[in-house]
Amino acid sequence: MSPLLEVRDLKVRVEEREILHGLSLTVNAGEVHAIMGPNGSGKSTLSHVIAGKPDYEVTAGEILFKGEDLLAMEPDERAAKGVFLAFQYPVEIPGVATMTFLRTALNAQRKARGEEEMSTPDFLKKVREVSARLNIPQDMLKRGVNVGFSGGEKKRNEVLQMALFEPSLCVLDEMDSGLDIDALRIAADGVNQLRDQGRAMVVITHYQRLLNYIVPDFVHVMSRGRIVTSGGKELALELEETGYAQYEEAAA
Amino acid sequence: MTALAQTGADMNVAVARSDLGDVAGALAGVSARLPGDGKVKDIRKHAFDAFETAGIPHRRIEDWKYTDLRTLMPSVAPLADAPDQAAIGRAEAAIAARAVDGFRKLVLVDGAFVPQLSDLGKLEAGLTIRALRDVLDDAGAPHDTLLDTSAMSNAMSDLNTALMTDGVVIDVAANAELTEGLHILHVATGAGAAAIVTRSQLRLGRHAKAMLVESFYAAEGAGAYQNHDAVMLTVGEGAQLEHIRFMDDGREAVNITSGYVTLGRNARLNTFNLTTGASVSRYQLAITFADQGGELTTNGVNLLKGRQHGDTTFTVDHAVPHCTSRETFRAVLDGQSRSVFQGCIVVRPDAQKTDGKMMSRTILLSDEAVVDNKPELEIFADDVTCGHGATIGALDEALLFYLRARGLPEKEAQAVLIQAFVGEMIETIADERLRDIAIAETERWLAARG
Repeated sequence: MSPLLEVRDLKVRVEEREILHGLSLTVNAGEVHAIMGPNGSGKSTLSHVIAGKPDYEVTAGEILFKGEDLLAMEPDERAAKGVFLAFQYPVEIPGVATMTFLRTALNAQRKARGEEEMSTPDFLKKVREVSARLNIPQDMLKRGVNVGFSGGEKKRNEVLQMALFEPSLCVLDEMDSGLDIDALRIAADGVNQLRDQGRAMVVITHYQRLLNYIVPDFVHVMSRGRIVTSGGKELALELEETGYAQYEEAAA
Repeated sequence: MTALAQTGADMNVAVARSDLGDVAGALAGVSARLPGDGKVKDIRKHAFDAFETAGIPHRRIEDWKYTDLRTLMPSVAPLADAPDQAAIGRAEAAIAARAVDGFRKLVLVDGAFVPQLSDLGKLEAGLTIRALRDVLDDAGAPHDTLLDTSAMSNAMSDLNTALMTDGVVIDVAANAELTEGLHILHVATGAGAAAIVTRSQLRLGRHAKAMLVESFYAAEGAGAYQNHDAVMLTVGEGAQLEHIRFMDDGREAVNITSGYVTLGRNARLNTFNLTTGASVSRYQLAITFADQGGELTTNGVNLLKGRQHGDTTFTVDHAVPHCTSRETFRAVLDGQSRSVFQGCIVVRPDAQKTDGKMMSRTILLSDEAVVDNKPELEIFADDVTCGHGATIGALDEALLFYLRARGLPEKEAQAVLIQAFVGEMIETIADERLRDIAIAETERWLAARG
């Protein structure tokens, strides 16, 4: 069986500047990979390219998702196939009620997969169930998407979507940024409940702190557009001691 | 200049010549069809002379700089024939799905009021409805507000005065709070070029309350017709009016509408316009606060595509102190369409404590669409709060990507953001049934984008 995600020697440019210089990563179903690295190492670029954000030019390499060419797909096709990016900074969309948005998105994905739309009672039941677990009040769902939400609420809203859409690959981009410990714990608990044999997660983070809550199977260190070392969860603790400096030197 | 010759004192409106090309057909003999004698006739003649002298407005006239009507509508079409039974039948089919629950239909077909399609039974106490034709023919009826266009006078309003054929004249007596809404439906049926010239009026007495919808539609097979409409609204002391307009004229049509609005002491008006139709349109409004404490909300949305040209131009005249006005305008433009928004807030020397704000926002969906914004503040008082703002831009890329990353195809993601943008305006409509129509019109427009 092919890996869930296979990134092969990926080179990416943004506005004439190469950000990723040949990155390779293999993620199998059921695994949780953490990608750590200093600011500017290309972590977020990797997440954006996986999700299909425009303005990134892939100059070499490929990304296979369940054996298929991910880079040939539109962002919405990737979502329908099971790729989910939890945004570092989820956007506010005034005038679009969260509930309407969730439903429109879920049904768009189902439609793309040739599935029936989810019935209203099933949908409501599922949203209620997941939002209760994530401590998301119902009135928040009536408001515009992320409008007036706190940082923690925005991140919980991302986890809510993750739970609702049931993707097979979750990429969490700096999930911990802007969160206090309590908010982080709630969001991380939500993520942990979604850990599953059929699902993989790529957790992108600057700090080791998040990995106390979402414990990875593998840790990769990125520096200057490459993965410079990989290991088990103990690598994260080691980094906490030594910092990124040694790897930056190594990458230079 | 469009030249229409007259013979004798009687206004025999025959088209004699035009250096703008063929003014199709002749208007000969039309005067016999125009209601009103004596003073009305004099006013018509005066207006006609003014139109004849000025001709169709062009870009060198400041107020028409962005709507060069002489290029967009080179000539005034011959006056539409009174509708025959076949036309009335086509109109009936066209409006079958357009009636609004709980609203009294008042139907104008090719500019003629058609009682048989209208709901004239069981008028609520204090409500009077008459055809404009009858009111103008009735020398004893009050014509003052009906014929007063002094607040805004230009060639197109003059043309309307000269040739207005019919319309609906509604009076709501003091203290009458109508439970049923009023709905003036304009339907055009003719395949050929024809001018439909209408004027309607609604006067709300003291502390009266009403809802008025005006809508413009084309029947199956209607072609390059021209709607030349005027609407006179008088909101009396303490009265409240909700005025909603849906302009969805045919794709080849022209719609030039002049609105005259007067608000009395502590009067409240919420007016909303949605333009989706016509190839060329101008909605020009003159709103006057005649007494203190008035509150006005003017909202408008243009949804244009193809080569459509839609112009909303208004003046709010704060002639007295302590009045509040809010003008908010939004446009979504696709293809090579062009939207014009000209808003002018005038604050007279005595109008202290005026609170007037104007905002225009436009989303351009194509590189070829054009928007012209001209906000103006003319402030002669010193203790006022006034402001205006305008934004123009494409749909937000970050929002589009977020929606697409959640599974929405590109067009669908755009549609969600456009609905939200327009939806914030639709929210200002108080009546849910009318909100639903505005939402449906927006969805229809989005669906037609493909």
